[in-house]
Amino acid sequence: MNEALTLLSFGDQGWGDTIARGVLVTVTLALATLPFGLVIGFVIALAKNSSEPSLKLAANIYTTIFRGLPELLTLFLVYFGVQIGLNELVKLAGYDIYFEVNSFVAGMVALSLVFSSFASEAFLSAFRGIPHGQFEGGYALGLSRFQTMLLVILPQLIRLALPALGNLWLILLKETALVSIIGLEDTLRESSIAARVTKEPFLFFGIACLIYLVLAIISSSGLARIERWSKRGEVRR
Amino acid sequence: MIAPNPRTGLKPPPLAKRPWTATKITGHVLMAFWAISGVYLLTYLLGNLEKPILELALPFLSGEWEVYASDRIATHKFDSFLGRYGDKYISGFLVTLKIVGLSLLFGAALSIPIAAARSSKWKILSRPAYAYVYFFRGTPLLAQTFLIYYGFGSFRPELQSIGLWWFFRDAFYCIIFAFSLNTSAYQAEILRGAVQNISRGQWEGAQALGLSKPVTFFKIILPQALMVALRPYGNEIILMIKGSAIAAIITIYDLMGETRRAYSRTYDFQAYIWAAVIYLMIVETLRRVWDRIEARLTRHLIR
Repeated sequence: MNEALTLLSFGDQGWGDTIARGVLVTVTLALATLPFGLVIGFVIALAKNSSEPSLKLAANIYTTIFRGLPELLTLFLVYFGVQIGLNELVKLAGYDIYFEVNSFVAGMVALSLVFSSFASEAFLSAFRGIPHGQFEGGYALGLSRFQTMLLVILPQLIRLALPALGNLWLILLKETALVSIIGLEDTLRESSIAARVTKEPFLFFGIACLIYLVLAIISSSGLARIERWSKRGEVRR
Repeated sequence: MIAPNPRTGLKPPPLAKRPWTATKITGHVLMAFWAISGVYLLTYLLGNLEKPILELALPFLSGEWEVYASDRIATHKFDSFLGRYGDKYISGFLVTLKIVGLSLLFGAALSIPIAAARSSKWKILSRPAYAYVYFFRGTPLLAQTFLIYYGFGSFRPELQSIGLWWFFRDAFYCIIFAFSLNTSAYQAEILRGAVQNISRGQWEGAQALGLSKPVTFFKIILPQALMVALRPYGNEIILMIKGSAIAAIITIYDLMGETRRAYSRTYDFQAYIWAAVIYLMIVETLRRVWDRIEARLTRHLIR
C-alpha cells in the first residue's frame, strides 16, 4: 500500500506530477475541441434544416461518413492523410520542407469532425421542437433572419439540445483517450509509460480509469448545474 | 407543360421559380465537392482493380480488345495493393465480426442479471450494479482494455495458481472479456430503461387475470420492452463495431489491425481508405437492415 502511494506521489520518486500533466492535456484537448465541434455541428444542422435539397444532401453525407467511421480510423485518416496531403502540396509548390502534423491538432480535428456530426443531430432534433410560429413572430417584429436566429431561436434551441450535448461531451472526454495512440501525452499515455517503467500496470491503468471517472462525475454535476440554469425561465408545473 | 382544363380553359399557375440564392449555390458547390472527391476516390481505388477486371474479362473479349487486354496484363507492371492485401482485409473483417458477435452475445447474457440487480429494491444489490454500470460507462473503452490486458499481468502468479493465466495471456480472450463487460453495462441500462418504461397497468392487468409474476414478465412485459429497446440495441451494435477497432492496439489483426499492418509495410495511404470504405459499408448496411427489422416488428403499432 505504502509502495503504491510512493509511486503515485509528486516529485522525483512518484509519477503523480507526470500523470497530472497528462490530465491537463486530456482536459485541454476536450475543451479545445468543444467550440469547433459545436459551431460546425450547428452549421450542419442549419444545412440539414434548410429547404434546399442539395444542401441537405451534402450535410447528410457529412454526418453519414463521420458517424459511421470508427473514431480511431478517423483519427488515423486525419493524422496520416493531412500529413501526406500537406507534403504533396508543398512539393507541388516547389518547396522542400517536410511537415509533421502535431498529434494534438490532429486529435482536435478528428474529434471535432466526429463531435460535430453527432452534435448536428442533437441540434436538428432540437430544431424540430421549436414551433414555426417562433420564426414567424420574429419576422413579424421586423427582425432580420440572422437576428431571429440569434435572439429568438438560439436561446430556446440550446435549452432543448442541452441534455444530448451533455452526453456528447461525456463521450468526447472518453474519446480523447484514443489520441494517446498517435503519441499525445495525455492521461492514458502517461499512465502506460508509468506502468511500463514501474512494472505496475494494474495500479496505473486503474488510476487512469479512476481519473476518467472523476472527470465524468465532475462534468455531470457541472452539466446538471448548467441545465438547471438554462431552465430558470421555465414555468414550474 | 400542363394542358389547360378542357371545360374552363384555365391554366394552372406556373410553378414558382427557384432562383439561384446563396443557399442554393452553397448546396451545389458542396455537392460538387462530394461528387468530385467521390469520383476521385473511386478511380483511385478502382485503378487497383484493373488487373483482376482485365483477367476476368479476357475470355469474353475478341479481336482488338483481346489483344489490348492481354498486352496490358503482360507488359504493365501490376503491383496492386489489393492484390497483395485483399485476403488480409477479408480475414480481418471476419475477425472483427467474430469479436463483435461474441462480445455482444456474452454482454447480452451478462446484462440480464445486472439489469435485474440494478432495478432491485435491495440496496445491497442495486448499489454494486449501479457502480458497475457507472464505471464501465464512465471510462474509455481503451483504458478498460489496457486495464484488463496489461493490468491483469500484475497478478500473474495468482492467476497461474488458479489456472486462469492462459485466459489473460491471450489478447483475443482479453478483448472479448473487456468488450463483453463494457457492452453488458450499456445493454443493462437499455434493458432496464425499456422494462421501466412499460406502464404499471400492464402488470396490474396481468395480476387481475391471475397470471404469476414470471409469466407476466416473460409473456407481457418483455415483448413490449424489447420493442422499445430495439433502436438502442441497434445503436449499441454500431457502437460496438466502431469500438472494436481498438482491438488493433493490443496486437489483434482485426480489420483495423490488418490495415495498420498493411500501412506500416507499404506506407500507402489507400490502406486506410479501404478500411474506411469497408467500415462505412458495414455500418450503413447494418443501420438500413435494422431500420427494416424495426419497421417490420412494429408494424402493428400506430405511429
